Amino acid sequence: MGESQYSFSLTTFSPSGKLVQIEYALNAVAAGATSLGIKATNGVVLATEKKLRSTLIDESTVKRISVVSPNIGLAYSGMGPDSRLLVRRARKQAQAYYRVYKEHIPVAQLCRETAAVMQEFTQSGGVRPFGVSLLMAGYDDNGPQLYQIDPSGSYFAWKASAIGKNMTNAKTFLEKRYSEDMELEDAVHTALLTLKEGFEGQISGHNIEVAIVGEDQKFRVLTPAEVSDYLEEVE
Amino acid sequence: MSIFEYNGAAIVAMAGKECVAIGSDLRFGVQFQTLATDYKKVYKIHDKLFIGLAGLGTDAQTMYQKLKFRHNLYKLREERNIKPSTFGELVSSVLYEKRFGPYFVSPVIAGLDDKTSAPYICGMDTIGAIETADDFMVAGTAPDSLYGMCESMFRPDMEPEELFETVTQCLMSGADRDALSGWGAIVYVITKDKVVARTLKGRMD
Repeated sequence: MGESQYSFSLTTFSPSGKLVQIEYALNAVAAGATSLGIKATNGVVLATEKKLRSTLIDESTVKRISVVSPNIGLAYSGMGPDSRLLVRRARKQAQAYYRVYKEHIPVAQLCRETAAVMQEFTQSGGVRPFGVSLLMAGYDDNGPQLYQIDPSGSYFAWKASAIGKNMTNAKTFLEKRYSEDMELEDAVHTALLTLKEGFEGQISGHNIEVAIVGEDQKFRVLTPAEVSDYLEEVE
Repeated sequence: MSIFEYNGAAIVAMAGKECVAIGSDLRFGVQFQTLATDYKKVYKIHDKLFIGLAGLGTDAQTMYQKLKFRHNLYKLREERNIKPSTFGELVSSVLYEKRFGPYFVSPVIAGLDDKTSAPYICGMDTIGAIETADDFMVAGTAPDSLYGMCESMFRPDMEPEELFETVTQCLMSGADRDALSGWGAIVYVITKDKVVARTLKGRMD
């Protein structure tokens, strides 16, 4: 950097003290498909819509939840390509930690490192902020954890949260349904109900994605068959 | 002459029942000339984790500074003390970074797990190949005699007091057979709620 004419930061303050580029990034997130996460007593669930532009796309190749390290995974809302860069950085960070300590990176650490990458893109020259918000779910020595990371690089720990289209409705729904002593199975049901609430069309195991991490500390994306089974339980 | 025998050292770590002990001799010399008799080779990382660094004195001090630095940052980042086994891996990776121009030290690590109080002991070579043990670990210029002593004195599941006696006897008798180490010793006994450090006099010649 530095050679180009555009090596100055594109994210600059407006006179009122706002960074409009970041607000636009949040608009990009709000236009993206809904993702949500719920933290239960014994695990975390992530769920996301997998709406496709055309019925001709092979939906089995579209992946919206990624495994980052054995005990941590990510879901995104917003721009898919942007999320892949973050997933790649997060995976690398997790492996770098593992190489030094022979221990899996704690969720809080990975969340902070990923948020740091997003922050860097709000202050560096020649780049734009990421058009994604992330939900990071994991289980470590500190128990189950759910984090949300925004384009500005700020992050929060949640009991339950939603991002993307319908996030306000979904959050209101979650506020009503959430209880502190919820177990993972209940959380999966609640997640599916919340997703169903704002879903246009017929929900199925093929047009949503669900992932869980439980006390075994293994983050796992459920197969369409498993999701279908859960959907039947909900109905 | 090997660079490992420039200053001289004797280090022993031993595991007991929910306790662990680590000690070193106190001699600092340059070849056969003794320069100091109060030179401790065991360093504290945190309340339940100690590292003994045998080998070249200057490298041992630098290693300790590096490790202290890494642990301080770790504590600020993770808001917790490092686990002994994790620290072992950290030391190993710090050493391997200098694979082709190594620090001339052989570390011995002794610690207690914060939650389970299980003892952890390991040693490694200069480039970080870890060797874990559930009984004892030695390092320094008198490894043969230290091994001999430890092998005959060690008993599983010793209580802190007995463990102290055993480590002391092993260390002192082992170092007595070595011209480059000795001149008294310091032994740390780490238990769940306290660390006892005892400075001992031996054959001061």
